[in-house]
Amino acid sequence: MPIRLPSLRNGVMFAGLAGFALMPVFTGVTGQPYILDITMRMMCLAIAAVSLNLILGFGGMISFGHAAFIGIGAYAVGIPAYYGEYSGFLQIPLAVGVSALFALITGAICLRTRGVYFIMITLAFGQMVFFTFVSIEEYGGDDGLVIDTKSEFAGLIDIEEPLALYYLILVCLVAALYLVKRIVASRFGRVIQGSKSNDDRMQAIGFNTFRYRLTCYVIAGALCGLAGALLGNFTGFISPDMIDWTRSGELIFMVVLGGAGSLFGPVLGTVVFLVLEELLSALTIYWQIIFGPVLILVVLFGRGGIDGLLSRLANAQR
Amino acid sequence: MDWTLLVTQLLNGVQLGVLLFLLAAGLTLIFGIMDFVNLAHGSLYMAGAYFCATVAEWTGSFLIGALAALPLTFMVGLAVEMVVVRPLYARDHLDHVLATFGLILFFDALVHLVWGPEGIAIALPGFLDGRVTILPGIEIPTYRLLIISVGLAVAAGLGYVVTRTRAGMLIRAGAANRRMLGALGVDVNKLFTLVFAGGAVLAGLAGLMIAPITEANIGMGNGILIVALVVIIIGGIGSIRGAFVAAILIGMIDTMGRSYLDDLMKLFLSDQNAETAAPALSAMLIYILMAVILYFRPQGLFQPKVR
Repeated sequence: MPIRLPSLRNGVMFAGLAGFALMPVFTGVTGQPYILDITMRMMCLAIAAVSLNLILGFGGMISFGHAAFIGIGAYAVGIPAYYGEYSGFLQIPLAVGVSALFALITGAICLRTRGVYFIMITLAFGQMVFFTFVSIEEYGGDDGLVIDTKSEFAGLIDIEEPLALYYLILVCLVAALYLVKRIVASRFGRVIQGSKSNDDRMQAIGFNTFRYRLTCYVIAGALCGLAGALLGNFTGFISPDMIDWTRSGELIFMVVLGGAGSLFGPVLGTVVFLVLEELLSALTIYWQIIFGPVLILVVLFGRGGIDGLLSRLANAQR
Repeated sequence: MDWTLLVTQLLNGVQLGVLLFLLAAGLTLIFGIMDFVNLAHGSLYMAGAYFCATVAEWTGSFLIGALAALPLTFMVGLAVEMVVVRPLYARDHLDHVLATFGLILFFDALVHLVWGPEGIAIALPGFLDGRVTILPGIEIPTYRLLIISVGLAVAAGLGYVVTRTRAGMLIRAGAANRRMLGALGVDVNKLFTLVFAGGAVLAGLAGLMIAPITEANIGMGNGILIVALVVIIIGGIGSIRGAFVAAILIGMIDTMGRSYLDDLMKLFLSDQNAETAAPALSAMLIYILMAVILYFRPQGLFQPKVR
């Protein structure tokens, strides 16, 4: 009896996660701590991309304001810290809770619209959050806010220690992937995917798809809020720049590059995006002259993203 | 009440409104006819400003710069449509958004490479640099009056073209049913290219007109693009009339909110609270307005009849 090998997709996922887990060993040996920094940023953004993929890839809700949740999450760490409240047990639930609330309120309005209206109204709400933080002088306005003390978890874990923060973020990433996997496989997830392909039919067979979609939107927002809280803790500096609409565009690109609607695709997309950004920006300050056309070429010819490529490879092997 | 300030702010509101209209008109036509979401429209606005600034610098004349910038922007529009946009018509909105996002990154970096990181100022000729008295005791800059006049004239001209001419008839027919239009023997590809480049010229015109006030700088189109998107959403995507009404409305509300909201809020809040809350609220004002309008009319104020 032949041994069943994991499929190529699953293999890549396990290899990728193992790579993340072993990265500190590698950088410890080679003495390149900045690679660890890039990887931490990568994992934070990967959580955000995974959350965006839940609504964009599986639910067909093209949100162009997803970076707003990163900002809300980061400011939910920064603003309490500004007043000397460092407890992570307050900050993290605050980040997740406020993000969920914002998703609930804006989602209730956005999800009344369809198609391009949805894209643009989410974009506009993202800008609303952006301008709100720009105009609040108390928290630094345009210049941003320095988080000098990271979240404290009452001695449970000390994330001032880079390795502890690293593995905390990795655990969150794995948890986010597991959550999305379970959601997508559940009845709830089936309704969301059904509503993506034909909303009228789902309604006709008796589902109140608006509620399902709104719930999904709130889950994605909350998860992205967590990503923001982690990112804020990692960078130690937060500013409205994190919420700029181009950040939301980058998140969409990470998802599409990796493969919208695949579980691990967004993580791969984030990795490739950030590596490309690092390499090209080391090459020239005009790196976006290359990066922009790469993006266009991926859109024109890269159907299904990296995940699509993997499944074509897997099919070719058979 | 300071009447001079009030009149000035009203005119500033109209000025912002007509600039927004010039951008929104192209966006809404491109969307209405080609069903294409063009985030790079702000790059064409920037292109207009930079072309005008460069030619004005060579020739020493803003007016020559402005006249040269329009055909140059038209050509950029043609090139963008033929190289990047045309293969995307058959794709979904997500692909449009991503590809034109890539265009923005490309154009911003290209401008950085060609013109450097600093903004370029444009000197106005003497006869535009002064002030005119419009009401006893109330003077406003001549140039602002010019922007408003040009904007309103273009709006009227565009309204005429779209509703009264054969070209306009084709545009409206394209918005109603482009496949039928193609079946009737109209060269739809050519129509699409011309509409796209026409929209580019309108955006370029807006950009070159604002450049003497703000300088031509990198990314200048990105902020106003979002506001122009809000305009076409409120106005109803595809409707020129809706774009005009919404543009003036947004221009007014944004300008008035920024100048009078703190006074208004002092009526029912303490001075200090009003002064901290007002800037944040006025920045959010147009988005709140958009949310309210979309809540009651998810298709915008002026929904085109056939879609």
